[in-house]
Amino acid sequence: MIEVRNLWKAFGSQPVLRGTSMRIEKGEAVVIIGRSGGGKSVLLKHLIALLQADQGQVIIEGQNLCELNERQLLRVRRKFGMLFQMAALFDSLTVYENVNFVLRRERKHTEAEMRRLVAEALEMVELPGIEQKKPAELSGGMRKRVGLARAIVYRPEIVLYDEPTTGLDPIAGARIDSLIRRVWEHLHVTSIAVTHDMPSARRISDRILMLHEGVIYADGKTGDILGSSDPIIHNFVNGIPTVRPSATAATALNPTDF
Amino acid sequence: MPLSLVQRRVRTFLEQLGELSQLIGEAIASLRHQRPSWRDFIDQLYFVGVKSQSVVITTGAATGMVLCAQTFFQFHKVKMDTATGAVVSVGMSSELGPVLAGLMLTARVGAAMAAELGTMKVTEQIDALRTLATHPVDYLVVPRLLAAVVAGPLLTAEAIVVGIAASYMVGVNLLGIEGAYYLAYINRYTEPHDVVIGLIKATWFGGIIAMISCYKGLTCPQGAEGVGRATTEAVVAASITILISNFFLTLFLTRLFN
Repeated sequence: MIEVRNLWKAFGSQPVLRGTSMRIEKGEAVVIIGRSGGGKSVLLKHLIALLQADQGQVIIEGQNLCELNERQLLRVRRKFGMLFQMAALFDSLTVYENVNFVLRRERKHTEAEMRRLVAEALEMVELPGIEQKKPAELSGGMRKRVGLARAIVYRPEIVLYDEPTTGLDPIAGARIDSLIRRVWEHLHVTSIAVTHDMPSARRISDRILMLHEGVIYADGKTGDILGSSDPIIHNFVNGIPTVRPSATAATALNPTDF
Repeated sequence: MPLSLVQRRVRTFLEQLGELSQLIGEAIASLRHQRPSWRDFIDQLYFVGVKSQSVVITTGAATGMVLCAQTFFQFHKVKMDTATGAVVSVGMSSELGPVLAGLMLTARVGAAMAAELGTMKVTEQIDALRTLATHPVDYLVVPRLLAAVVAGPLLTAEAIVVGIAASYMVGVNLLGIEGAYYLAYINRYTEPHDVVIGLIKATWFGGIIAMISCYKGLTCPQGAEGVGRATTEAVVAASITILISNFFLTLFLTRLFN
């Protein structure tokens, strides 16, 4: 179980999270939506303690991450896998070395076992046989799939996805979504993604949390949130810009402008 | 009251010094508690040591030759031609060998370390390491520190030997000094502690280069400009630290050994 209590985070004088609280049960598939720059990725990075909160608590299975130092956090992070927005593959290593990274450092497996586990992970993301390629030789979608293989090869309990479909064409995005769903179903992980891609959110989640102005504004089943009539949720989900009244007169376009 | 430019600079310098000290403390703690990866160390030793040889040999040879020529031109006026070898030998062993090898290593290795770690930082590869339950100090800093501390004195010894050999070639074959006297004066005036002082300095310089470069890379600001700035700052800071610390090491070590 993951619980966030009254989390505050500011960068300089710019507050991003303003007392965010939420709770995610084991085995859930959750998506956090919200506007670009609204703090979704910041919230996600707090869940794995990549960022230190100014105030508040992040509790993973009863342990408050905000009280642990970097070395103590390493043990907790072993429960997590994370897919980064740009995959964040180690570009000096091959695909095999990337995916095998944690297994090699743990020194628990034989070379043959590591080869098998890496092959299985690559098979799961539909990229068999590319072990010897370098990240620079891969397309954006392939890099994300290798990133996903790296995140799941050591069987984490919780998988975090930071904008998993950003920068991909709709077909590649749908493919990533189906892989995320497959990982959730087959590995029985808790799946938490942040995205502003609504079709993706529909495909990969059972529950949606909406982050708005630094707090969780809405929390509900995917269908309920996406069909909500609340103006803030409805406008966001359907991509309707909220026009400030003062700006309307000054910036409104006239048909003769075209 | 707003801080003046000087106060801000001093504060920034002290903050960076504190962060660098923390990083050094982390590296020492890592060495005490964690077995460094042999493979990572060998990879770094190859990069820092083997691949720096050509630049260090060239620097050593050029310095030995020019030092020999200049010393000869001055000593020739007072009929002390044969003492040229002694000046070159002592100068190369305790001062010019370690300092010039250190500066060349800073330019070649320190810049590369800062740029590589800086790029990893801005592309989220450092965050990816942390999510893979790996401490960046264990994986990135410690192998580089060990490699620089081992390679520094070896490369310096190489620069000293090549510098003295090159000065012999110039002094004997070009300037007409008697070879037997040249070697005899080297042998008579160069003490073992001159070489030991040079190698101690080189070990210290290796540590400085690795720690400052890793620190600048790990704290690199975002973007390509940030990586460029971190690389420049690493080279400047390491070079200045080498030059200043060399003076104090000379005073301390010379008194220690005499």
